[in-house]
Formats: sequence, C-alpha cells, structure tokens
Amino acid sequence: MKKKYIGLIIYLIFLIIPLYWMVNCSFKFTTEIMTKLTWFPENFTLRNYAHILGSEVWRSSFLNSLIYVSMNVVLCIFAGVPAAYAFSRWRFRGDKHLFFWLLTNRMAPVAIFMIPMFQLYSNLGLFDTHLAVALCHLVFNLPLAIWILEGFISGIPKELDETAFVDGLSFGRFFRKIFFPLVRPGIGVTAFFCFLFSWTELLLARTLTGSTARPIVVALTRSQGAEGWDWGVLIAAGVLTMLPGVVMVYFIRNYIAKGFAMGRV
Amino acid sequence: MKNRAWLFLIPALILVSLSAFVPIMTVINYSLHLIYPGSIPEFYGLQNYAELFQDDIFLTSIKRQFMFTFQILLIEIPLGLLVALAMPREGKWLTAILVLLGIPLLIPLPIVGMVWRVFTRADLGVIPWLFVKIGYDYRPVEHAMDAWWTTTVMDVWHWVPLVVLLCFAGLQTIPEPYYQAAKIDGASRWATFRYVTLPKLRYVLIIAVLLRAMDSFNIYSEVFMLTGGGPGSTTNFMSLYTSSQAVGGTDLGYGGALSMVYLYIVVMLCYVLYTIMMNMGQAGGRKE
Repeated sequence: MKKKYIGLIIYLIFLIIPLYWMVNCSFKFTTEIMTKLTWFPENFTLRNYAHILGSEVWRSSFLNSLIYVSMNVVLCIFAGVPAAYAFSRWRFRGDKHLFFWLLTNRMAPVAIFMIPMFQLYSNLGLFDTHLAVALCHLVFNLPLAIWILEGFISGIPKELDETAFVDGLSFGRFFRKIFFPLVRPGIGVTAFFCFLFSWTELLLARTLTGSTARPIVVALTRSQGAEGWDWGVLIAAGVLTMLPGVVMVYFIRNYIAKGFAMGRV
Repeated sequence: MKNRAWLFLIPALILVSLSAFVPIMTVINYSLHLIYPGSIPEFYGLQNYAELFQDDIFLTSIKRQFMFTFQILLIEIPLGLLVALAMPREGKWLTAILVLLGIPLLIPLPIVGMVWRVFTRADLGVIPWLFVKIGYDYRPVEHAMDAWWTTTVMDVWHWVPLVVLLCFAGLQTIPEPYYQAAKIDGASRWATFRYVTLPKLRYVLIIAVLLRAMDSFNIYSEVFMLTGGGPGSTTNFMSLYTSSQAVGGTDLGYGGALSMVYLYIVVMLCYVLYTIMMNMGQAGGRKE
C-alpha cells in the first residue's frame, strides 16, 4: 500500500517545490531574492503584501480581472448550454462541421488576434470595458465550454427528455426540474475551465484595456522600478493570483471526485 | 426539429462571430495586402503566402514547434495518466491533492514564465542549486539544450495537473465491479488497464490530448518570459515567431499570412489526432 504512493509523492514534491519557492520569496525583500538562494526568509517581511493590498492600482486590477472573468464564465454557460444541448440531441445538416469549426477557434494563437480585436472593439466603442475582454476571451472559452458540456449532456440518457415531453412537461419546466440538476456537475466543471483559461490569459486583456478596466498584468509592469522588476511584489502578486482559483477548485472538488467521463463511453 | 437546433445555437453563433469570425476575416484581409505603418495598404494577392515558403526562420520554427508539441504530448499524457492512477480514490488527502493540482494551472501565463526565469537563474534558482550538487554545468541562458528542456520542464510542471484532473475524473466513473470481473477472469494488470480502464477514458483522453496539442502549439507568454526564444533561436517556436510578426512586425500583411498558415497547421494537426484517437477508441471498444 505504501509502495503505491511513492511515485505520487515524488510527483507532488516536484509540483510543490516551485510553489514553495514562490511563497517563500513572497515574504522576502527583493534584495534577498536577487542576491542569493535561501530556503527561509532571512528577514521575514509582509512588505510585499502590504504594498499590493495598500495600492489602489493593484486592488482595482485584481477586481477588474475578477469582473471580466466572471462575465466571461456567465456568457460561456448561457450560450454554451443550449448550443451543447443542440449538438448532443439533434442531428442537423452540417452539425459535425459546425462543431469542428467552433473548435478551430480554440486553436488560434491569441497573439494573432491582438490587432484585429483591438480594431474591432475600438470600433464598437467597447475599448477599455470589462465586456470587451469578456467577449474576446470567448474566442477560446466558448468552444471549450460547448465541447465539455456536450460530453456531459450526451452522458444523460436521451430517453429522459422524451419521457418528460410525453408526460407533457413544457421545455422550460423540463429544463429547470430535470435537466439542470443533472447537468450541474458539468456546468461546475465547465465554469472551472473557463475561469482557468480566462484568468491566466493576459495578452488580450492588456491589449483591450486602458485605465478603467486594466487587468493584473498592467499593475505588474508598473512594479518595474529603476532597478528593474520589483521581484518581491511580483512574486507576492503571483501568489495572490492563485487564491481565487483555489476557492474555485475547492467548490468543484466533489464534481471531479465523483468523476465524469464526457459522454457516450 | 431542425430549426429548433439552430434556435439553440443562435446565442453561441452570435458570440463566436463577434469574438472569432470577424477577427479571423480581418486577419485574412491583412494577409492579402502589403501593410506598412503609416502607408496606405496595397493589394498584394497571394504574394505574402509565396514569400512565406522562402522564409527559413519560419520553416525551422515549424519543425521546432512540432518537436516540442510531440515531446510535450509524449511526456504529459502518460505522466498525467500515471499520477491519476496512483491517486487515492477518496478521503481528505484527495481534497488536498485536488486543490494542490489546481494551483499551478491558475497562475497567469506571463507570471509562470517570470517566476521560472528566476527559479532557474544560475545564481538564485533552485534547479541550478541542485545541478551544482551533481556537478552539471547548467546554463539555460547560454546553452541551447538547457534552455530547451527548461522550457519543457516548465510546461510539464504547469500543465500536467490539467491532464491529471481530467484522467482522474474519468477514472472515477468506472464502476468497481468492472475491475472485480477482470480479476475473476484472471486478467493481468496490463490487460485490465488496456481493456477496462483505457476504453472508459477515451473521451477525457481525447480532450486532454487535443487541449495539450493546441495549447502547446500556441505557447507564447511563458516562453517569451522565460527565454524570449533564445539562446539564439533555439526556443523560437512557431508561436513566438508568428506572434512577434503579427504584433511587432513591420508588415502586418506578412504577419497575417503567417497567422493563417499557422492556424491551418494547428487545425490539421488536431484533426489528425482527433481522427486517430476516435478510431483507436473504437477498435478497443470492439474487443471489450
């Protein structure tokens, strides 16, 4: 029994070392980080965190990121669930092609969209709004959401829908009372993935925002002083960016632990 | 029925056309023109595409990109599967491990690159410290091989948790009686894995492989921050080259042509992988 976990423990150590290093550095002064490697902070300090939490730029940038990511997740779920339902339940002309075409949007490298997106959203008058970033992150998140949700919905027997309609349930009632509770784990997992990819993408987010909706990275580049990066603050910010996700994982852990196989296996 | 399907697709199609279709059309339009900053775009036909096949930097970066992606897939998919198989099935340790696995995934991409840059710096990092103990001369800034596998290790560290989470969720759906039945039949561990576990994991594995294939093809911020494509051009992947041309290049038209060829290559690769995996799964399913 013990032997079984040796490999897992080695992997987890590999996973933890950089994380430990980050947390460790976030409590050091920048000079200590940049002069030598120490396993524990020599001069323990909360300066980096105080700097971040005390700065209006940092606080608002975290808030901005959270706002556009949440908007993106909500849009993905609202547009993704009906689309995934259609793909899973009905065969129609060109459905497979349409599905693959949607996926191809996930395959485009985001950097090539920077200038076209900037032009598009400037022309729409959405530049420097949370909505612009939320919309443009749909390019990689909505196809993913439809893909994952389609897997989950296909795992729900089709007969269930048919029985409900034969019994005279309206579509709305069917959706609320029967379908939604069944697909909730799928929505949770999809929301997690959309959150993940939108939260970590900063290239487009930075391009599409000015001063009112700026994401975390702008604050990052601001911490670049005369002597280069302020590494202490930067690493502390990195540690803080993990927190919303940790909360998110904690909430969906049961969905993962219960398992999902993505459809018709 | 048919019309109903389209009705359900309308919100998604509107949003995708706004966020993807219009920008891609814009890029295609760029690719047919000569566009220098401050001058009027001039129609150039397919000339940009023709020039691209003379571009040695681009051609070698494609080769490099394929090597990187296949290497990533060969390491990350088996490793993720093994870790998922080794994980406890329930209990408080499971929660701790799941949360821990989520953490690397949730660090913004440029920060991952920046952190690994210091983490692997000769005088400050943990990895060089380990190598000094072993006596290996580790210099990612000067040595091509060091830079290459530092990039690989960073990507493995960052993305294997995604594969683990997907595989683990897939594993949890396999009912215990399946394994018991295999045991009673006297199946070896390998046979159980091959004919019980693997077919059940088919869809999550397809998603894992395709996601890792496309995302490692599109790797940009992390490598940009870690090595900047160097030393020389040893980690200058197609994604880096294309992005630098599309964003900072002098000719937007040429950048656009690169982007379209690039997108087409990723789509083809994913299509091939998808087809292979679907067929493999079906062959396994028949034997089941």
